Amino acid sequence: MNDPLQKKEIEPGSLTGIYHEHAEWHVNSGEKTVHAKRMPGFFRTFKTFTESLWLFFFVGAYLRWNGKQAILLDINNRQFHFFNLTILPQDIWMLSLLLLLLAMVLFAVTSVASRVFCGYFCFQTAWTDLFTWIEEKVEGPPSKRHKLDAAPWSAEKIRLKTVKHTLWLLVSVLTGISFTIWFEDAFQYWRDLLSFNLSLLEWVVLIFFILTTYYFAGFMREQVCMWLCPYARIQGVMCDSQTILPAYDEKRGEPRGKLRKGETAGDAKLGDCIDCFQCVQVCPTGVDIRQGQQLGCITCGLCLDACDQVMDKIARPRGLIRYASLDELGGKPVKKLYQHPRTWVYVAILFLAFCGILYGLTHLGALTLRVAPERQPLFVRMSDGSIQNKYTFRVLNKTDKDFSVTVSAEGGVKDQIIVDGTVKQPVTHGKASTFTIFVRAKEENIKKEVTRIEFRVENTEDPSISAEYHTVFNGPKR
Amino acid sequence: MSDNRNADTGETTTGHVWDDDLADYTNQPPRWWMIGLAASAIWVVVYFLMYPSIPIATSGTFTPGIGVPGTGQWTAVKEMEADMQAVNDARSKYENKLKDMTPAAILADKELSEYVARSGKVLFSDNCAGCHGQNGIGTIDKQGLFAPVLNDDDWLFGGTIEQIYESIANGRQAMMMAHKSSLSAPEIKTLAAAVAQGNPTSTPLFTEKGCVGCHGADGKGMQAMGAANLADKVWRFSGKPEDIEYTITHGVNDAGDKETRVAIMPNFTAAGKLSAVEMKKLAVYVFKFGGGKASDPAATTN
Repeated sequence: MNDPLQKKEIEPGSLTGIYHEHAEWHVNSGEKTVHAKRMPGFFRTFKTFTESLWLFFFVGAYLRWNGKQAILLDINNRQFHFFNLTILPQDIWMLSLLLLLLAMVLFAVTSVASRVFCGYFCFQTAWTDLFTWIEEKVEGPPSKRHKLDAAPWSAEKIRLKTVKHTLWLLVSVLTGISFTIWFEDAFQYWRDLLSFNLSLLEWVVLIFFILTTYYFAGFMREQVCMWLCPYARIQGVMCDSQTILPAYDEKRGEPRGKLRKGETAGDAKLGDCIDCFQCVQVCPTGVDIRQGQQLGCITCGLCLDACDQVMDKIARPRGLIRYASLDELGGKPVKKLYQHPRTWVYVAILFLAFCGILYGLTHLGALTLRVAPERQPLFVRMSDGSIQNKYTFRVLNKTDKDFSVTVSAEGGVKDQIIVDGTVKQPVTHGKASTFTIFVRAKEENIKKEVTRIEFRVENTEDPSISAEYHTVFNGPKR
Repeated sequence: MSDNRNADTGETTTGHVWDDDLADYTNQPPRWWMIGLAASAIWVVVYFLMYPSIPIATSGTFTPGIGVPGTGQWTAVKEMEADMQAVNDARSKYENKLKDMTPAAILADKELSEYVARSGKVLFSDNCAGCHGQNGIGTIDKQGLFAPVLNDDDWLFGGTIEQIYESIANGRQAMMMAHKSSLSAPEIKTLAAAVAQGNPTSTPLFTEKGCVGCHGADGKGMQAMGAANLADKVWRFSGKPEDIEYTITHGVNDAGDKETRVAIMPNFTAAGKLSAVEMKKLAVYVFKFGGGKASDPAATTN
């Protein structure tokens, strides 16, 4: 299956070609455990760095801000706190923009440099990396681990396995807890947990996360990427011939073959690949990058590190496996990064979503006002002949304090009177308060059947906290 | 039937053939499906025993059934009663307070008046809207307004919360004599024209013919007896001169005139339809339509 000559016989793109390829293609569907070798290198360091950003997941919830949890997704009370910002369900439309933004970041990055998210940042990758790191510390390098797995049960094997699984479970428990505390007060949660006072839901969430973390990162590992994860498939189709990805330079490497004594790499007969299988051994998903881009490849770059080390040893230039586009490897002219219209479309959508969120966040306001004019009757004639309209005010107080508001209006009818406009209307924080306001105007001043009017409510103590709403003043037919 | 076989596989078919060669195998349905069928049949019997299922023709009810283990006998009535109980429990927090409170005190309490206004809406639709219209906008018959608009600030018998409660609890009925025998047609016309302009005192007839006795020297009416204010822009029946002539000619609630206008607010206490708490709720609800008048402690007569 590694014979490139045989591959060339298959007509590329033909139906029979696909079947032929399928017949000889082998994918590990979990029957053998991948014990990847850990080799130092640029991409290993980079990956460690990007994955360690997840540390924020474990510690972020403990951040306090003004005596409260800095980031609290309080689903119970339908409030989302980000430092000084409180987002109520009314502003949740921004969440859809945020999701759009994140999706577009993923798309744009993927169209430029393939599955960057998978390789360097995905929690499945990160947690699997952590779990295999623990495994290596406990059981030793891959060769030892293979032997240990095959060996009959002994006291030593039981000891090692117990230590490993205990550590794994510890990480899983910590993961479960760390997930939950983003949704409720972190310190209170620990108190409840340690006194076994969690609610049923909290226990279910905790146990669910412990089990899924333990099983996915400990046992399923790369199988999650291959058979469970939709993003692996979605991202695969977003790569094109301009996308750079970790690729094997077939022209330079083939025909591959072992170096014999006395030979130096670069002799005419053989390519630079010495078929040392280092790239396969370091791969966390166990694929052979020399077969080209494939489903199992999460583009983590570890094979680049491995191959570069080997190239250094045999005194050949680095980059037999390197980040390159299919155009580059195929000898076609390489287009510039900006000559990729699809990426620009992604970036444009991304930018729009970002602007939307920015608008939303800057226009959150501390108050939201809705005014519903009475529809039956539209207006009432009073005994002095004036026309009165009734309005139901709904004021949503998004601050964390109770205060009261007064009502004023712009536009409307000349010399109109806002009955009780100066009365202080209490508005409770985190809630919509309702009250009724009457507006009265002399009939001779009403020029139109429907007059626009803009109401304004204002915090009595802090006039900077205010909200406006456009509605109408109804009068008799003209 | 055993002769019906698929020519290729030799399996038995039902013997029905369509389109030359299309036939059904006599295969059993899947095992899980058969189990489901049997379980459903058993469940029918269990359900039949547990729940009310045999109608008793004469009384329109059902046999009670042996009941559901753990929860007892189920009936739709019991479920409804339990639901009602839940609603009443939620309301009792407010309802208990209302019993001992005056309408004015309820109106002053922001939370209670908000609660009362909500249940008042239902009560109003059921008991008041028939005459006063939905949201108190009034109803109109061929002679003009049938029942007063409750949204404006003009009140025949007073617009304080106490007066509104009094109107609901004890009813209201004013009386205006028919003047067809005491006034000539031109006099009626003159008076009607003056009233229609909102200026009844502009004609000396208003004083001479004794209108002032009820409607006041300034024509602004007298709430104690329900005499309408004739000098404002709100009409009890209609503001058209011919309709005003009709009112003067035939009076209001004058038993001696068959064509008299009828304006009776029924006594809801006597009717027994509403409890005192419900009437308090309605008083607050009506007050909040927008025309309610602040109570003047000195002027409160009841």
